[in-house]
Amino acid sequence: MFELLGIPPQALFGQLLLGLINGAFYAMLSLGLAVIFGLLNVINFTHGAQYMMGAFGAWMLLNYAGVPFWGALVLSPLIVAIIGMVIERTLLKRLYHLDHLYGLLLTFGLALIFEGLFRRQYGSSGLPYNNPLPGGTNLGFMFLPNYRAFVVVASIVVCFATWYVIERTKLGSYLRAATERPDLVQAFGIDVPRMITLTYGFGVGLAALAGVLAAPAYQVSPTMGSNLIIVVFAVVVIGGMGSIMGAIVTGFGLGIVEGLTKVFYPEASSTVIFVIMAIVLMVKPAGLFGTAK
Amino acid sequence: MRLAAIFLAASSLMGAGAAYAQVPVKIGVLNDQSGLYADLGGQGSVWAAKKAVEDFGAAAKGLKVEVIFADHQNKADVGTSVARQWYDVDGVDVIVDTPNSGVALAVSGVTKEKNKVFINSGAATSDLTGKACTPNTVHWTYDTWALANGTGKAIVKTGGDTWFFLTADYAFGHALERDTSEVVKANGGKVLGQVRVPLNNADFSSFLLQAQSSKAKIVGLANAGGDTINSIKQASEYGIVDGGQKLAGLLIFLTDVHSLGLKVAQGLNLTSAWYWDQTDANRKFADAFAAANGGRRPTMVQAGVYSGVTHYLKAVEALKSAKDGAAVVAEMKKIPTDDPLFGKGEVRADGRHIHPMFLFEVKKPSESKGPWDYYTLKATIPANEAFRPLADSDCPLVKKG
Amino acid sequence: MSTSTPAHPAGAPAATGSGASAGTLFGILAIAVLLAAPFGVYPVFLMKVMCFALFACAFNLLLGYTGLLSFGHAMFFGGSAYVCAHTIKVMGFSPELGILAGVVFAAALGFISGLLAIRRQGIYFAMVTLALAQMFFFFCLQARFTGGEDGLQAVPRGSLFGIFDLSKDINLYYLVLAIFVFGFLVIYRTIHSPFGQVLKAIRENEPRAISLGYRVNQYKLLAFVLSAALAGLAGATKVLVFQLASLTDVAWQMSGEVILMTLVGGMGTILGPIVGAAVIVTMQNYLAGLGEWVLVIQGVIFVLAVSLFRRGFVGEVIAIIQQFKAKKAG
Repeated sequence: MFELLGIPPQALFGQLLLGLINGAFYAMLSLGLAVIFGLLNVINFTHGAQYMMGAFGAWMLLNYAGVPFWGALVLSPLIVAIIGMVIERTLLKRLYHLDHLYGLLLTFGLALIFEGLFRRQYGSSGLPYNNPLPGGTNLGFMFLPNYRAFVVVASIVVCFATWYVIERTKLGSYLRAATERPDLVQAFGIDVPRMITLTYGFGVGLAALAGVLAAPAYQVSPTMGSNLIIVVFAVVVIGGMGSIMGAIVTGFGLGIVEGLTKVFYPEASSTVIFVIMAIVLMVKPAGLFGTAK
Repeated sequence: MRLAAIFLAASSLMGAGAAYAQVPVKIGVLNDQSGLYADLGGQGSVWAAKKAVEDFGAAAKGLKVEVIFADHQNKADVGTSVARQWYDVDGVDVIVDTPNSGVALAVSGVTKEKNKVFINSGAATSDLTGKACTPNTVHWTYDTWALANGTGKAIVKTGGDTWFFLTADYAFGHALERDTSEVVKANGGKVLGQVRVPLNNADFSSFLLQAQSSKAKIVGLANAGGDTINSIKQASEYGIVDGGQKLAGLLIFLTDVHSLGLKVAQGLNLTSAWYWDQTDANRKFADAFAAANGGRRPTMVQAGVYSGVTHYLKAVEALKSAKDGAAVVAEMKKIPTDDPLFGKGEVRADGRHIHPMFLFEVKKPSESKGPWDYYTLKATIPANEAFRPLADSDCPLVKKG
Repeated sequence: MSTSTPAHPAGAPAATGSGASAGTLFGILAIAVLLAAPFGVYPVFLMKVMCFALFACAFNLLLGYTGLLSFGHAMFFGGSAYVCAHTIKVMGFSPELGILAGVVFAAALGFISGLLAIRRQGIYFAMVTLALAQMFFFFCLQARFTGGEDGLQAVPRGSLFGIFDLSKDINLYYLVLAIFVFGFLVIYRTIHSPFGQVLKAIRENEPRAISLGYRVNQYKLLAFVLSAALAGLAGATKVLVFQLASLTDVAWQMSGEVILMTLVGGMGTILGPIVGAAVIVTMQNYLAGLGEWVLVIQGVIFVLAVSLFRRGFVGEVIAIIQQFKAKKAG
């Protein structure tokens, strides 16, 4: 058997697959951010906190109401989305005509509030959540836990369904039109503000869904989102701000790149995404899939 | 300056005055109230300090003790500015707890400059009593050397002689890995490899796979907090333990085990200075703690705060003044330690509190009687073996020649 | 204990008045208050406020007056802090040389990153600076001399020019005050110079500035380097105050903090960043006793700031005064 840079090919396959799994989380999170940015022009810094709330939602549903994982998969994103929509109606709505900066600052403040409240209530070290799909399959080159396989499949399905709805359906075309010329679309008799609210709710729901998916694999803790948010931002920028396909493909792609870095230069695995971001912005300013406006 | 002068004048007046005059003592609990270490210290440590004052019967012994607290937010500059302000303006005599090695080292420096007292319970770095030791600092509960020594030695002796480390790519991670590797090698074991993991990395699967393919018997977790929890959780998912490898957590607190749940954490070996379910005195303390802290059980850090404050008050009682920090610490080193939680021991010349350490194994869910019933005692590391010998110390206070 | 601090916001409107004499008067008054302040307020706290205020002012030069949002200013602040701490502690530099070394380093780093960043606009500019700052953070984490997360501890304060013993808080206070006033005056002069006017023109309408024949990129780069150097000055000064340099100073949260300070105080106003820095540092210091609620309270303040007084404290005060004047005139 030949070896590539000292790593046997089996191990390399394993690492590629792991990168893909990790990328599934990036893809879902950056997709939500991209949808919100694309349609609302808001940089949603609360995204990490909403991801965290999704995971906590799953925990609370299980421990207070006895709802198992599969139920939480639907209920928790729904609840978080409703909270998100209330925020949009009461706070965010008033900032659309202003610079991005204000939306970012407001959502940053909200993220602090949510994180603080959960810390206050549940402490900082996190809570246990049991794996709903224990066991795994030995693929020969690695052991693939069933749950991780499920995460990859689920996230690919969700990501491409979202892409399809926005880019290929009539509803999606309304949405896209409303971001270009809200006044005109409103004149055609479409309730644009409601559409925006629902879109925000959807983007937030995606974050929460990623959170529920993360609960059995990662630690359910108040800080789980704030550690991730800045990386996910980078993913969105690399993909091209507001580009749905860009967010999905770069999410998975960067997961793989990060996975490989973890083998060859593990110390740098949390920095590699920023190196790529700098290079991409130098070469292709609007991101890999973005079009300069 | 003026304030300090008034204090000095006032305290000397009191000393010279009536026998019933009260000696003022102000204790500042400086720790993480909102972040990563809030659960293992936080408000629980504040409670422990107050409880120590109460149990000591300070008022009856002529001490007028006040306990205040602040959040250092894990930032060394916030920590030092609070410490300076406490010492300069608020008349604090002693700072206790202070997890986070970076903050602890900074506070230790300020304490020496102002000639006050620093009793650290929460931080891990053995530098506090090593090359950064001062005549004003006492390190109470544990340190990286003790953890590495306890866990490393015990595991190698029971056959776990090949190791692979998952190391947090931070100074404390490197220190834990270095200290443990030395212990493993000294006891005839072998280190097969290590991987340096960036801090706050959520996904450990890649690193676990590397650990798996190393075929080492023991996977040593030289990390802390959320990183340890995530690596243990995912190790269970990837069948590391089922595959015959064992995990050794080098820095794990009771709250981490609680956060993981026994199903995932079972079988884990860890070293701790104190466990609530060991003796009647501990259980009594834990019950009172739980009643005041929403049912949680105290960690070794919180117990250490209690024990450290108790010993500090004894020294102040003997001296009848808390104002000269170096003198108080010297007195703390002179009188032997003895309290309900940590038993008999001593504070060594380098500021290290010496007491036994314990090796625990995390129970299976079937063995546990309920929440917080988590550990079984596997071995006791006697006090004279638990900490770095003075002969190996690089502390300037004890260096010969 | 804070009897003298409210002088800033209360006195703020004076500087915005049209008369130059009012401004000068206010300046003299402010300096008089600051000279006397350490006798009423804890000096270390004041020094911390001044360091962050200078940092925020330097940042505001870029955001408020040039329209460039940098999300990586921590690298200049923290980078300079490391260089200053290292040169003083390990290489035995005197404090003034240590600060100078830090500033030179920050300016050089600003020049390199500025060259790359100014080629992009808006949010992309911010992201390039973020990416560079993250790489710099990684460098600091890996480099041996920074001491990892423990940082560089116990940096000696030394004595200024070998005469003034800086280990006394009060001596150090006047040095920090001098540095702060110097930095502030540099920024003030820059904004009110022809160079500053061009920067404002770029902020308002970049294509027009280009069509007027200005070499926009050179102006931007110069502003970036100046801002980086002053941020470095703030970082290096902070080393003397706290005697340490740590990873906190180069982390992205620090870049976020300085944005918050500027916005809360009021971006594009000369006094805004100072007030903002004072508010945030005061919150950090005095909320410290509130423990677990710190995060929530901070969050609420930011949400309120964005929802209710969007121009920042100083910006709102200016707006009120202008309204008042308009009423009077009309």
